[in-house]
This record gives sequence, C-alpha cells and structure tokens, in this order.
Amino acid sequence: MSFHPNEMQRRGRLASAVAFLAFVFLVGSFFRTQVLQHAQYVLQSEENRLREVPLPAPRGVIYDRTGQIIAENLPGYSVSLLAPGVDSLRAALRRLSGTIPLSPEQMNQAVRRFRRAPNRPAVIFPDASFDVVSVLEEHRVEFPGLIIQSSPKRYYPDGPAMAAFVGYTGEVNESELASPAFAGYKAGQQVGKDGLERQYEPRLRGREGTRFVEVDARGRVVREAGARQDLLPQAAPPLYTNIDLDLQKYVVALFGDSLIGGVVALEPKSGAVLALHSAPTFDPNRFIGGIPADYWRALNDDGRRPLYNKAIKGAYAPGSTWKLATAVMAIEQGVATLDDRMPVACTGGYQYGNRRFKCWDKKGHGSVTLAQAIELSCDVYFYQLGLKIGLSRLVAGGVQMLARERTGIDLPAETRSTFPTAPATEYYNRRFGPRGWSNAVSLNLAIGQGENAQTVVNMARFYTALATDGAAAQPRLLRGAGERTPMFQLTAEQMDGVKKALAGVVQRGTAAASQIRGVMLAGKTGTAQNAHDPLRDHAWFVGFAPANDAKIVVAVMLEFGGHGTRAARIASKIIEHYLKVQTTQTLNTEGD
Amino acid sequence: MSAPRRRIADPMLVAIALALSLFGIAMVYSAGQTDVPTVVAKLYRQQIAWFVIGLGAAYAVSRASVRFLDWVTVPAYAASVFLLFLLLFVGAGAGTAASTKSWLAIGGVRLGQPSELAKIAVVLMLARVLAARREAPRSLLDLWQPALAVFVPWALIMRQPDLGTGIVFVGIFFAMLFWAGASWQLLVLVASPVVSLILAFSTGLWGAWFLVLIALVLWYKPYLVEGVAVVLANVVTGVVAPVLWDRLNPYQQKRLLVFLDPSTDPQASGYHVIQSQVAIGSGGWLGKGFTLGTQKRLAFLPAQHTDFIFPVVGEELGFLGVTIALSLFLFLLLRSVRIAARSPDPFPSLVAFGLASAWFVHILVNVGMTLNLMPITGIPLPFFSYGGSFMLMCWLSVGMLTRISSEGRGPADMLVI
Repeated sequence: MSFHPNEMQRRGRLASAVAFLAFVFLVGSFFRTQVLQHAQYVLQSEENRLREVPLPAPRGVIYDRTGQIIAENLPGYSVSLLAPGVDSLRAALRRLSGTIPLSPEQMNQAVRRFRRAPNRPAVIFPDASFDVVSVLEEHRVEFPGLIIQSSPKRYYPDGPAMAAFVGYTGEVNESELASPAFAGYKAGQQVGKDGLERQYEPRLRGREGTRFVEVDARGRVVREAGARQDLLPQAAPPLYTNIDLDLQKYVVALFGDSLIGGVVALEPKSGAVLALHSAPTFDPNRFIGGIPADYWRALNDDGRRPLYNKAIKGAYAPGSTWKLATAVMAIEQGVATLDDRMPVACTGGYQYGNRRFKCWDKKGHGSVTLAQAIELSCDVYFYQLGLKIGLSRLVAGGVQMLARERTGIDLPAETRSTFPTAPATEYYNRRFGPRGWSNAVSLNLAIGQGENAQTVVNMARFYTALATDGAAAQPRLLRGAGERTPMFQLTAEQMDGVKKALAGVVQRGTAAASQIRGVMLAGKTGTAQNAHDPLRDHAWFVGFAPANDAKIVVAVMLEFGGHGTRAARIASKIIEHYLKVQTTQTLNTEGD
Repeated sequence: MSAPRRRIADPMLVAIALALSLFGIAMVYSAGQTDVPTVVAKLYRQQIAWFVIGLGAAYAVSRASVRFLDWVTVPAYAASVFLLFLLLFVGAGAGTAASTKSWLAIGGVRLGQPSELAKIAVVLMLARVLAARREAPRSLLDLWQPALAVFVPWALIMRQPDLGTGIVFVGIFFAMLFWAGASWQLLVLVASPVVSLILAFSTGLWGAWFLVLIALVLWYKPYLVEGVAVVLANVVTGVVAPVLWDRLNPYQQKRLLVFLDPSTDPQASGYHVIQSQVAIGSGGWLGKGFTLGTQKRLAFLPAQHTDFIFPVVGEELGFLGVTIALSLFLFLLLRSVRIAARSPDPFPSLVAFGLASAWFVHILVNVGMTLNLMPITGIPLPFFSYGGSFMLMCWLSVGMLTRISSEGRGPADMLVI
C-alpha cells in the first residue's frame, strides 16, 4: 500500500530533505553574494546611484612684481545636465530650450561634450550669466538632471594690456587630451591656452574637487548633497611674475590703437621681463568660456594681425641695430678699435665689384671712426668693416651671439630667430648654390640685412649683454633671474667705449630727438627693409639706460614704422617712465 | 486517542504563516518607499486588506471538513478551467504580467488572476484522481488521468502565455506523483521528453541523455508499447525543440538566454537580474536598514513590490534578514510535509503535499531568479509579493492545511516542525 503510514513517513523525510537541501542551497548562494562578494556589489550600487560632478578649482592668481593682479578669478556659474544617454540628453535639451533659448549649435556642443565624458555632467553654459541662472533656478524642478554650480571664471583686470604674455584659458580640446602633456585631464576642464596660462598650466591648475549627487534609475538628481563626502577643490598657489604692470600699462597706452609692433623691456642683469607688448592688442577676457565667433573673425580678418605676437613670434631684419654685433665682433677680434677709420670715406655709397651699396644718408658721412659710425649709423663704414672681418667670422660671431636661437623666454611658441649657420660657405652654398652668391653677402650681413631676421625679444636679450658685461640674460616672466650666457669678451674699457658710442647715438646721432633729461640713454636705431613693402620699412630701436649702469633694456619694433627714430622716441618714453617711477620709489623709500 | 480540538487547529503552521505575512507586508510597505514616489507607495494598505480577507477565508476553510474539500473539487476544477478558457478571449494584462492575458477584468475593473485559483483546483483534482486509485501508479498508462487533469489548465495557462505558472503546475504534478508513490524511474521516464527538449540544443548532450534513457527503459522494463512510446517521444521532442524555440515569443527567448548570461544584455533583459544581484550583494551581513535600500529607493530594482521583492529583503535587512525569511519558508514547508505525512487518508494527504509543493516551486524559482539561479519567469513569492489573488490563495492553503492537520494521525504536536 502506497499510503501506509511507514511509507508516508519515508516519503515525508525524503521531501523534507529536498526542502532542506534547497534551503541550504539558497542560503549558501546568498552567503556568497552578500558576504563574499559584498564589496564588489557595494561598488556597483554606489556607481549606480552616485554621479560625480566636478568642482573646478580656482586657478592660481597671477601677480606682477609689485603685487598688482594680472589674472584672477571671478565668481561664475556653469550649467550642465546629467543624463543617462544621448537620447535623453537631447530630449532634456529640447525641453530646456523652452525655458532658455538654446541654439542648435549649443545643443550639439553639449552632446559632443557628453560623448567625450558620459559620466560627467554635460556642460551647456560654461559661463552662464546671472539672468540665465536665476531663470533656471526658478524652473529647477522641471529639469531633474540640471546642475547649476559655481565655477570660477578667469578674469584679467587689464585684459588688453596683457594679451601678449598672459594668454587665456579655454576648454581642453581633443588634440590636447591626446597629448601626453595633458595626461590626467578630463574633457570639459579649463586649461591655459597661451601665454603664461599655458606655460605655467601645471602650477596654475589647482586640484579639481568632486561633488557627489545621487541619481535614480532615470538619471534624475534625487539628492544634491550629502550623498557622500564631497572632495573640495584646491586652489592653486599664486604665480608671481617679474612684470611691472604699471610700466606695461604705460607701454600699451603709448602704442594705443594706431601703432603696430612689439616691445620687450628687460632688466639687464636678471633678464626679468618688465613689459612685453604686441600691438594692436585684443581682450583675452573675451576668449574665456569660448571665443565669440564674430570676435574671432574680426581678429583674424584684421590686416594688422592682432593675434600675431610681434614681440616673440615675429622675426624682422634687425637693420642697423645689428651693427653693434658687427662692431663688437671687430673689437673683440682686434679687427678695429672704436677710434679706427676705414680706407674709404662715406660719400653716400660704396662700390663693391660692379655694384654700388648705398648709405642711408645720400649726403655721406665723410671719414668717421667706428664710434662715430655707430652714432651716425654709417652704412659705408660697416660695409668695409664687414669685409675686413670676413664672412666666416661674421657668421660665426652672430651664431656666438645666439642670433639663431630662441631666447628661452617662459612663453609658449617663441619663434627662433633666423641667421646663417657656421661655417658660412657651406650655408650659402646650400642656400644659393656654389655659384649663386658672392662675398657681397658680407656687406648686407654687416648692416643687419640679408639672411638675418630677429625677434624683438632676441634683440632685447642681445642688448642686455651690451648694457652689462657681455653676458646676455635669458628673459624671464616668472619671478626670479634668468640664466646669463656670455656672448662676447671685451675689456671693461672696450665695454665702456661701446656704451659711450651708443649713448652718442641719442646725444648726437640718429636718435638725438629722444634724449631724456637727466638720464644718459644709450641705444641704436634701425630701419629694416620690409620684404613685403619696400616703401614701408620696419623701425627699430634697442637701447638701455642709464648708459653706465643700465636698469632697463628696451627693444621696440614698429611694423611699417618708417625710420628708427620713431621707435627711439617710444623707447625713450618707456625708459623715462620706468626710471622716473623707480627714482620716485627710491626717494620715497629713503624718506621713510 | 485524537488530540483535543483547539480553536486554531495547527497553531504552529498559522504562526509561521502569520510571521511570513507580516514580514511580507512590511516589505511591500518598504518597497513603496522610493525617492520619487510612485503608485507603489500606498499598495501596502491593499495588501493588508487582502491579508485580512485571506485570514477570514482561511478560517472559513478550516471550519469545513475534508469531505467538503472532496465535494468541492470537481466544481472548483470546472470553474477554473472555464475561467482560464474565458481569459483567452477577455484576459487583460497588468503589472508585471502586462504582456499576458492573465487578469480577469470586467468593465476595466480587475477582479483577480484565475490562475491562482487554478493552482488550488489542480491540486484538489490531482489528489482526487490519484487518491481514487488507492495504489501507486506503476505504468505510463496509469498516468493518463492525472496527466490530463494537469494538462488542460496547463495548456490554457501556457496560451496566455504565463510560463511561470506553467512551471508551478509541472512541479505540482511531479511532486504529487511522488507522494502517491510513483517510483523515481517512472518519474524520470515521464520527464524524459522534457529533458530531451532542453538538451536538444546540444547534439552531444542529447545523445548522451538518449543512451541513459535506453538503459533506464531496459532496466525498469515498462510495457513494450510504453518503452517505445517514451523513446519515440524523446526523439520527437528532440527534433521539434528548435521549431518550438522559434515559436517562443522573443521576450521569452531573451529571458532564457539572459538567464544563461545576464551580461549579454546589461541594459535591457539582463538589467533586472543584474540590478537584483547588486541590491542583494550590497546588503551585506545586516543590510542598509529597513526602507533605506538605495537600489530600491532610486528605482534601479524592477518590480520591487512583486516579483523582485526578495532583493529588497536582501538589500535592506542583509544576509540576516534573508536567512530569517528563508528559515520561515523552510519551517512552513517542513510543517506542511509533516501534515501530509500525518494525514490518514490519501486525498487530504495528497492535497497537503500538493499545496506544499506549489509553495516550494514558487519559493525556489522566485528566490532563485533574484540571484540568477533560475530564469526570470515572473513568479511571485508566497506571502511577500504584492497581489490579492495570490495572498488569498496562500491563506486558503493555510486554512486547508490546518483542517487536514486537525484530522491527522497522532498528536498535532506544538513544538515539532
């Protein structure tokens, strides 16, 4: 009988055993999941519910040498959307555009940002105006994934005055993210794009913080704070520079909107960059948070090329300012002293082979010494001096004076100056072919023409050697002194003579109109042939003051500026302003 | 020597069922506590109402004698089959069973799921058919009546289609055959075509199974006709399996495939079981606290008040809560089996065991699927999952079991489970 009680007991035990085994099996499975794999699932559950909202760190404040602010941060707001996917982001953007007008371009931009970093909120307005923020705050409940947060905004109090060196910030782009220099950066972050901002990006960056918001399965923000301890952003330490903001602003005002050119002012011994300007300028503040298309177009269409840094990127024939290099070579190698005259007196030109090389002054300078030739910038003298030095020594000397090197100024994308390589014969053979050139290139090289194009900053560096003891200082924006490199070896007496001759340029010579009352200004004008437009030469002046104990070296280059005397007048004003303020400050300090 | 009649026939069983119900209602309440409130937030009230109704029904049934159950079997079975048949034309989908026609609705008002009633009716009918023989089925031919009793409602339910309830029916069928004394060899032979159906997707496995089956047939020595029939059935199911597979609804295919590997479709079909595991696993030893589960609060957990209510237990009450809940279920099953074993007559004994086996399949499949040990078939968890018909069915079962217990052999000892 199948229903005999004993049979029932046996089957009952069997059934109970099956139930018990199933229980053990389930409890064991839960033990594995809940206890043994607990950590892994906790992580998944946290990933599920928490979204990281980056908290941008304030960039380091940039100061000039007197503690004035060059770059700072203003409170700003960014608006972004958290979305689980592209489709829901698009839907949210469409709904958002009912409240705040959004252009299709802005929407696509937000989607692109989302695709690059899907786990971060997609930024819609990197720099939202207060109006936008207040409207959105009002409608916040309608947009569950909306994140409005403070986001420090970079600001340059005197934007146009410092465009040439401060650079600007912007969203890190695709190619930057791909480069090892930007390892560790995430899409959507702000980075320095040019100038100091780019050069010192690692120091100015600060450390981004993270806010954790809690979202539900549809990506709606359920809790704004307290989901997990936020990681606060860490502001970067300030960056102190050598810039003299007062002088910088004076320089910019001098140039105004009408002049085109570049200026570099250095402290002769330390290489400290006191001022650096490229005219016409632009306002880097307008570049923050995305450059407006019309502004960008206007800058690019401007024939004066405001975005082209004429102080460190533009290379121009140095013209007569180079004659000092020729003179120093001659003195250093014993070819001529400052009192030596050349065989042929200047009659407004010099016959070499079958070609007549003109002097800038058609009337001629007569028979002059080297010192006088510097003062008057006599081309005929320097043609002969060049021939006397010889081509190979002219080129080797220039190379020695770093004429084909970057200065190493702490700014990105400095142009390397152009100059022949040594040995000269090889260079010219390579360039023009063995029969394509003659020794006449020496004449051009001697007066700063030919295969010679110098940046303004490189000419300023060269003159720091003339203003001191023959060693040139590396220009440096960051507080501190640049490295000094010996360029030539002259005796103290010879140095003195060179400085006197340069002072003579301003006292009696080509820059006589640029004297400063009570200060001995030394310098050299230059008028460089403009390859593009022979009628509009570039005007140079590189000088320093006081002549016997230089406090400042200034290189001024005016594009299409005509004769160097114009540049000299500007340089002398810059120097006068700088020395006067310096003197006043010194007097004040002494009076305390 | 029968024990004195008590007001409550089997206090231990009732106590376990009460504990499970209260635990379950608490979890339905917690399931409604989400950060973005939904309709689920207030469902616990309805669940309490159904619980009270279930208690009343259980009491009423416990007052009726076993003879009454015997008497009501055929009408209940007929009514169930009729309602299931009716559903094919007027059935409505809702909730987690949205894609099936499992709801009986009149004028848009959902009255209940007849398949829950059918579970009890099938248990009664099977018990009646098997008990009538008074001896264990020995051959396949002996099984035609019980098989038919299950097949009719089973086929109607599979037409809805409701795979989960279909599995419960199959479980009840085999469990009650076992309880009626069928040998394991016979059960294997009956089950063999289904095994072939599953193994048919791997020719090697199917071939191996076929050899085992032949050996079994030779050893058990059924009637020649039956032996041939079983082998033929295996061949046929093996051949038609791919055809049947193609005829499954895509969502059913997907569920089965995702069961094999949830990560194949983490956003869609695999999402449920992955999120369920995350909820359970993140609970740890003691859980995140009652009502505080983040997976549930933030709506990562699907159907958290019905099919996936057990992950809420796991997430909020941890391994401790899970163990307590599973222990209560184990006590419920052991007590029910004991009632079945103590019953002096085949019919009530079979009924008791059938009801217990229905619970067993529900628990095993529902809890198993939350950990991806079972495919997701949309089967509720007794006393926990939100749902009126199911709560009613569970307490009707409790009522019948207490009655059967009170008419059992020997003392209905209090403490032994």
